[in-house]
Amino acid sequence: MRAELIADVVAEFKAYGRIVIVGASLAGLRAAETLRDEGFTGPLTIIGDEKQEPYDRPPLSKQVLKGLARADHTLLPRMRKVDADWRLGVAATGLDRRVKQVRLADGEQVPFDRLLIATGTRSRPWFNPQEAALEGVFTLRTADDAGRLRAALAAGPGRVLIVGAGFIGSEMASVCRELGLAVTVAERAEGPLVGALGGVIGDIAAEMQRDHGVDLRTGVSVEALEGDAQGHVRRARLSDGTTLDVDVVVASLGSIRNTEWLEGAGLASGRWGVACDAGCRVFDINGVVTDSIFVAGDIARAPHVLYDYQFLVQEHWDNADVGGRVAAHNMVSLEPQRRPHLPLPAFWSGQFGVNIKGVGVGPFADEIVITQGSVTDRRFAAAYGRNGRIVAAVTFNHGKWLEYYGALIERSAPFPPPPPGYDHPDGMQPMPARFPTPGAPTGWPDVVLTGHDPTERGAEYEYRTKKR
Amino acid sequence: MRPEIAWAEAMKFENRHDPYRFFDELRKTPVARVADDIYVVTGYWELLALAHDPRVSSDISRSPLQAKRAAAQEPPPEAEHLTAYGRQPSMIMSDPPYHDRARRQAMRQFGPPHSPDLIPSMEPGIERLCNELLGKAAGKTRIDIVDEYGYRVPVTVICKILGVPLEDEKAFHAWIFDFMAGLDLGPEAATEEGKVRAAKGRESTAALTEYLRGLIDGYVRKPGEGLLSRLVNDDGPDGPMAPPEAAANALLLLIAGHDSTVNTISHCVLTLLRNPGSVELLRRRPGLIPRAIEEVLRLQSAVQFFPSRSATADIEVGGTVIPEGSAIFLMYGAANRDPGRFPDPGRFDPERRANEHFGWGSGIHTCFGGPLARLEVNVALEVFLQRVENPRLVVDPPPYRRNQIFRGPQHLFIDYDRIREHS
Amino acid sequence: MRMVVDLNRCQGYAQCVPLAPEVLHLHGEEALMYDPNPDDSLRQHVLRAAASCPVQAIVVDRLDEIGKSS
Ligand SMILES: Cc1cc2nc3c(=O)[nH]c(=O)nc-3n(C[C@H](O)[C@H](O)[C@H](O)COP(=O)(O)OP(=O)(O)OC[C@H]3O[C@@H](n4cnc5c(N)ncnc54)[C@H](O)[C@@H]3O)c2cc1C
Ligand code: HEM
Ligand code: SF4
Repeated sequence: MRAELIADVVAEFKAYGRIVIVGASLAGLRAAETLRDEGFTGPLTIIGDEKQEPYDRPPLSKQVLKGLARADHTLLPRMRKVDADWRLGVAATGLDRRVKQVRLADGEQVPFDRLLIATGTRSRPWFNPQEAALEGVFTLRTADDAGRLRAALAAGPGRVLIVGAGFIGSEMASVCRELGLAVTVAERAEGPLVGALGGVIGDIAAEMQRDHGVDLRTGVSVEALEGDAQGHVRRARLSDGTTLDVDVVVASLGSIRNTEWLEGAGLASGRWGVACDAGCRVFDINGVVTDSIFVAGDIARAPHVLYDYQFLVQEHWDNADVGGRVAAHNMVSLEPQRRPHLPLPAFWSGQFGVNIKGVGVGPFADEIVITQGSVTDRRFAAAYGRNGRIVAAVTFNHGKWLEYYGALIERSAPFPPPPPGYDHPDGMQPMPARFPTPGAPTGWPDVVLTGHDPTERGAEYEYRTKKR
Repeated sequence: MRPEIAWAEAMKFENRHDPYRFFDELRKTPVARVADDIYVVTGYWELLALAHDPRVSSDISRSPLQAKRAAAQEPPPEAEHLTAYGRQPSMIMSDPPYHDRARRQAMRQFGPPHSPDLIPSMEPGIERLCNELLGKAAGKTRIDIVDEYGYRVPVTVICKILGVPLEDEKAFHAWIFDFMAGLDLGPEAATEEGKVRAAKGRESTAALTEYLRGLIDGYVRKPGEGLLSRLVNDDGPDGPMAPPEAAANALLLLIAGHDSTVNTISHCVLTLLRNPGSVELLRRRPGLIPRAIEEVLRLQSAVQFFPSRSATADIEVGGTVIPEGSAIFLMYGAANRDPGRFPDPGRFDPERRANEHFGWGSGIHTCFGGPLARLEVNVALEVFLQRVENPRLVVDPPPYRRNQIFRGPQHLFIDYDRIREHS
Repeated sequence: MRMVVDLNRCQGYAQCVPLAPEVLHLHGEEALMYDPNPDDSLRQHVLRAAASCPVQAIVVDRLDEIGKSS
């Protein structure tokens, strides 16, 4: 195509193309704003199954539970008018790629020329549905969840049990202590935050919890919840044989990606998320990139140049914020104007008065070294390494230094990093980071290859829900 | 132009009103050697990296400037006064963990999380004072923004916060003037006049230090109002600050606590009046005032650099290796106009996006008093915009003060039609 | 009004906190907590705080420019 022709195509699409965004949260909103910013004036439909306008989730486990902000008061700021057809409170239930339509729960079909998938994740529910239905048993993902949980905490329960000591579980435990509530945290791993940060940091996090009066139980799982006659949870049974009297239980067991609505659409989607290239374009089930379907946010799984091109999901705020923008840009651009979304993974978490921040991918590492500050004072920086390269870093109340490590990771600089000029622990000895061994392969395959003739060879998704 | 020439020109007094031409020259080598052991950083990205690099020390005792000072009979000009801030290092000239502890101790008495209300509680007083000062200008048509407006507000506030008697202002004002005039990192320091200024600066600094020591000793004996007293009598997790250390930090807080604020208020007025339409724009959209102030700081950084830093190892940055032991000057004022970071960098644009300038420094030494200074500048500018009708510059450029680090006009005369009634 | 702080960018300088004390708080030494939807009357304070952030981590809506409905 000649240059003018390409320009014409882009201009025409920006004027008349139809874009649909499914998922009306951080990634979806930022994408919508970017589309308009980039001059897209065609019809834009935003479909979200929650009734609220897009809101921010991180405050839910912090400010909101603490009572500093109302659960319905975390609406996201708007950068500009988006002039969209908002379809809130209705879920997308299917995608038909042949006719390019999204099917809604109310039966409507919404046609598109380009589609953005931004349906994020939901909390993994308590495994036993009867127990999950007991009053006083919660999960936390939505504003409604937060409102209910806040009310339960404000009522002054006797003891709160938090199952799972990841970031959100630990933050909730911290809030409970600040509210003066007795709290038990049960974690299957050897300590809190171990999955994301490894056992060395997990030990420090465990100490923090205990110092603040959390009854932390590690290496145990909660096997059953029992209710009273009114159907309110009252007791929990742990794998070590102990029982606990509890009035509130929060299951903080990680997340499930909202991909069910894509079943049968022939995309590379499943429990791992929706696979895409680094420009947010979704792969079909055969691993061939599509040209009209894009994905961003918690649900996206993309290859990352810094991590051996491994496909990573990044369930962090900035990945949705920036990913939404990049996806939108690429939706209304053609090569070579398309941009990669290659953020350095980053997260933060406030708990027990300590600001924990990180960059890079900790679990990619096998070693860790404390580089600055003092662990005892809980003011320090640590770097993670693998094969002599720095791949991640974490700080406890030392956030001003994190940027330095981010730059080292971006350059794949040597590990351990050079010793700072001051305030570093003696020796700076790297040690094993102690990440749990990655999960064993699942018992049944998700994808199988079918066909013999090269022209008909392809992949097929084996739906777990159907198999069982 | 060779870097050492550009550097010398930028430091010359005659170029104080506009060192930026020479900074642009210097930036052709973003990290440039301007003397045997002095590296000057004018590139934005290079500065950002170094400001966060734990191999860069702010500990003045590690700086070659300090070593020279100790070794030489007659101290070389660039070493002058660096430690005059006090024999004990203040937080600005020290490294963690010492720095972090001192900063925490001082912050405990000044801002969040321990003292969240102190700064906000100053707002009504600041506003009253601004209005009083303009009230005095009501019968006239000309005002010196430096002496008759910008200076009074921060000096009054910092005295109150620190617990330094405002009655002593005349004395310490003169000492600080000498200190500033004597601290010269340019070629003029070697002249006879320069040496005289330096000697006077040393004397006045000694007097000021003595004065603050006395004040603090008094507070040790008998606790009183204000940050300094609380600092030496605190029972917080880090304990009280030892009096000699408190004196060093008191000197820093007293000087840093008002001087740069004055310069920023003056530069705000100067910049608005240099750019037709901007007074009207800010009157129409007062929500832009805070951003306009940051934009002025980007363009006219009141702290142009701070010459305490040095390399504790060989550090590669921007294609240059800074050898271990070299002094590093992070040139905030220059990096703030790096076209590689700020499009059209010389332009005043109060709506500039992502204005992550270095006017307050960067990294762990980022200005301690920023929130207070901003409150003062915001209120001073708001009141000025509300009440001064048709303000015009009398001379442009205005006369500047000598100091290269703490840069600002000596006077800034403006004419106006009238001062509106205070609403 | 609505705001959000990109706490990945935030380095805990707390430059912002005293400029909008009704809205921003430090939790411990460097963890920032805030009210994401403060009252409109606090707008000038929040704008001061947003401008003050050295890493421009505070994002404030432009509802005053674009109107409430969008
Ligand atoms: C309590 C909590 C605390 C957190 N704290 C932090 C933190 O401190 N730091 C950090 O970096 N990150 C944190 N996060 C993660 C962060 O909030 C997410 O990364 C971010 O929300 C992802 O945005 P998203 O738009 O990709 O997905 P989501 O916010 O999950 O949004 C997806 C939206 O799509 C909707 N949807 C799903 N399926 C459908 C369908 N079929 N049809 C229509 N709509 C659908 C969902 O209901 C939802 O509204 C936290 C998350 C939670 C829940
Ligand atoms: C507009 C006014 C101001 C400007 C432009 C300004 C600028 C700066 C800059 C650039 C630095 C970093 C120095 C370095 O590189 O090491 C700094 C540090 C400092 N400033 Fe300010 N400042 C201002 C007002 C104030 C006020 C009002 C106070 C006190 C109340 C203050 C106290 C300090 C202190 C104590 C430090 C050292 C911090 C540390 O080392 O951790 N400043 N300032
Ligand atoms: S000024 Fe910026 S970096 Fe500092 S605490 Fe506030 S938001 Fe965070």
